[in-house]
Amino acid sequence: MIMKRRDFFKTSVGGSLAAGAAIKMGGFNKLFTSRPPVTKYDMVAVMGGSPDSMFDLAIQELGGMGAFVQKGQKVLIKPNIGWDVIPDLGANTNPLLVKRIIEHCFKAGAKEVYVFDHTCDNWVNCYSHSGIEKIAKSAGAKVVPGNSESYYHEIEIPGGIKLQKAKVHQLLLETDVFINVPVLKDHNSARMTCCLKNTMGIVWDRGFWHSNDLNQCIADYALYEKKPALNVIDCYNVMVKHGPQGVSKEDIVSMKSQILTADWVAGDAAGAKMLGIPVERIEYIPIAHKMGLGNMNLDSLNIKRIKM
Amino acid sequence: MSSSLLRRIRIVFSTLVLIFFVLVFVDFKSLIPAKYTNALIFFQFIPSLLKFYSLKTLAAGGFIIVLILTFITGRSYCSFLCPLGIGQDLISRIGGRIKKKFRRYGFKRPFTILRYTILAATLIVTMVWGVYMITLLDPYSIFGRLMTYFIKPVVIIINNFLAGILGKFDIYSLSNIPVKGFPLMVYSIPAAFFLLIGGLSLTKGRLYCNMICPVGTFLGLISKISLFRIKFNETACTRCGRCAIRCKSSCIDFLKPHVDISRCVTCFNCIHTCQDKAITYGLVSFKKKVHETDESKRKVIAGSLFLLFGLSRVASGQDKKVPKPKKESTVKENRTCPVCPPGGVSIIDFNKDCIACSLCINACPNGVLQPAYKQYGLAGIMQPVMDYHKSFCTYNCTRCTEICPTNALHPLLLEAKKLTQIGKAKFIKDNCIVKIEKTACGACSESCPTKACHMIPYEGNLVIPEVTEDICIGCGHCEFACPATPYKAIFVDGNVVHTAAKKPENVKSDIKTPVEFPF
Repeated sequence: MIMKRRDFFKTSVGGSLAAGAAIKMGGFNKLFTSRPPVTKYDMVAVMGGSPDSMFDLAIQELGGMGAFVQKGQKVLIKPNIGWDVIPDLGANTNPLLVKRIIEHCFKAGAKEVYVFDHTCDNWVNCYSHSGIEKIAKSAGAKVVPGNSESYYHEIEIPGGIKLQKAKVHQLLLETDVFINVPVLKDHNSARMTCCLKNTMGIVWDRGFWHSNDLNQCIADYALYEKKPALNVIDCYNVMVKHGPQGVSKEDIVSMKSQILTADWVAGDAAGAKMLGIPVERIEYIPIAHKMGLGNMNLDSLNIKRIKM
Repeated sequence: MSSSLLRRIRIVFSTLVLIFFVLVFVDFKSLIPAKYTNALIFFQFIPSLLKFYSLKTLAAGGFIIVLILTFITGRSYCSFLCPLGIGQDLISRIGGRIKKKFRRYGFKRPFTILRYTILAATLIVTMVWGVYMITLLDPYSIFGRLMTYFIKPVVIIINNFLAGILGKFDIYSLSNIPVKGFPLMVYSIPAAFFLLIGGLSLTKGRLYCNMICPVGTFLGLISKISLFRIKFNETACTRCGRCAIRCKSSCIDFLKPHVDISRCVTCFNCIHTCQDKAITYGLVSFKKKVHETDESKRKVIAGSLFLLFGLSRVASGQDKKVPKPKKESTVKENRTCPVCPPGGVSIIDFNKDCIACSLCINACPNGVLQPAYKQYGLAGIMQPVMDYHKSFCTYNCTRCTEICPTNALHPLLLEAKKLTQIGKAKFIKDNCIVKIEKTACGACSESCPTKACHMIPYEGNLVIPEVTEDICIGCGHCEFACPATPYKAIFVDGNVVHTAAKKPENVKSDIKTPVEFPF
């Protein structure tokens, strides 16, 4: 009872503040935070370098991190830290990439950079064995736990077909810029996990998604107003089977690539091509495309391709 | 040795031991390396004895050192090394602060018949049936359970409170930890012992140790022939009785003057309190025996300890909320056998050696080990059982097997643990979201570390789980992740005898490293 009551106060205070802010300045807020920055390209794809050097090059093509992060802003970097495995096995976002993004954010004048994930395996082990906790801290970011429901606050997703409400991590509500940093992987049931599927690590109750039309829920979540300013897709070590967790290094193909885009549906379409899966087979991509959440027709996009 | 020095050494030493034991049992972040925990528990009499019996190696011979120590010094184990004993001293001290009367003990007649009956019964039950009475009465196990069931949740609640405050200042060095309670029933025994031992020690000093504790009684027998003892200088003694009043074992008959050595826990309080310097601790000098008679009083202990019950309430209210799919699952899981932790070898072996000290329950980083209430039957109450509704066994972990003090869980190398099959996943298609709702799910297969649970083509673009039992290790991640309610669509049925799982085979993918972008 004590816990519940305290949780209730915490959620009601935090939640009502957030909700109040969202209602009051919803209109303006959207103008500032979800306005897609003016960039030369819709997508930049790099191949052949290390995770950090590829990012240096790609972000430069998009006009530098300054195009996404303004001075004094708080930034949330959301990698995939879902599994208790070492970086070489490709189940989590490459730590070097995470580190380099943090450094660029600070260079662009970010006040604070946060990193978290709602992990599938034991979170302490995931954070440490992925190498992300240590490297992100050394780069000056704050690594925040996501293991307890008390960190999550309920938000509404107007227009969601299956998913109308979700509890999202407080960091998503408290930060100004959201940078989505998925790792491209095979996925046993959703076929692929990349930009959109990475949001399952932002919410508390994944079970609801699984039991209420997973593909529709993945697309529905993308309706939520707090969208990523940038998606950085780690395609360095790509898990091509047994995803999303993998069994051994045989599941990994070294692709040494990286894709940057503000359009996460386009990012997912590109990811599907990398894995050699027809885009329509990954059900949530066409659903999200039809809902107007992005463009899965890569032919109509202005893509910069770089080989290092 | 000088009078106050012995007592001071005892207080400092035992305080350190107690602090260390408390830390080991509330260490919810697994900060203390297993080797320190093992070193500490090496000297615990019952765990060491059971481990020695199981391994037959002197590496588990801590109890032999305790026996030798007792033969030389008397029951100093009870004052220096037993966490429950030291804890009782602490409570006695608090009792004295509350009410001065509680610290005036005075000589009492020993509960001779009761204590030897309990000792004999424990020995017989253990040799004929198993460890059940030890589980109930071993002071180390009792201490472990008190810490696990009542103190650790308090520590976590305090941690969560601090984590909340620090979080407001953007500091995340502490994290909120969900408090997961146990089934209410398993609180009954630790709660009863807490009331009994807490009440006795608050008002009567070491009465539990001298009336019920089989370890205390057994060491008391040995201490009857111990070399060093508390001795009286009868000519210096003025029969003032201060020592008897201060004796928390109530074993000093100051009129004789005589110390009942089988009950003396060598706390040295009597030496400290004696103004005539008539009491010393030294080599034995044999004297004629005296028989004592005195009326012992019994009192019903009443205490308002509703915090105790409040806690279990709080804890049990914290289970993860399970989302509800539209249609409910209909087929009940047919569980034929509980899942016992890796390293347990078989349910029978495990049940025979585990004294339910709960150290593994504390140490498990995932909280999948839960005290059993009916899974193993009445005899296995409070022994750890895998509860896959609470959590799952994390693949890269052997923590419980490393710290088990009785060898009920054999130490496993990580590679061996990853191939130890403690149960097998069973898929119930009629409960599966994919079949009921005709939508994608795959939560089970996603979680499976060996891909024993994998997806195969179903209707249309859908895929549905399938289990390859021989590579399943029974970690329960699939069962934990399955969103079907009220019955899971996949569950782990325990192996009566743990077996070796096949190593998952894996072949290189056909997909080649790209040279051009495919878009």
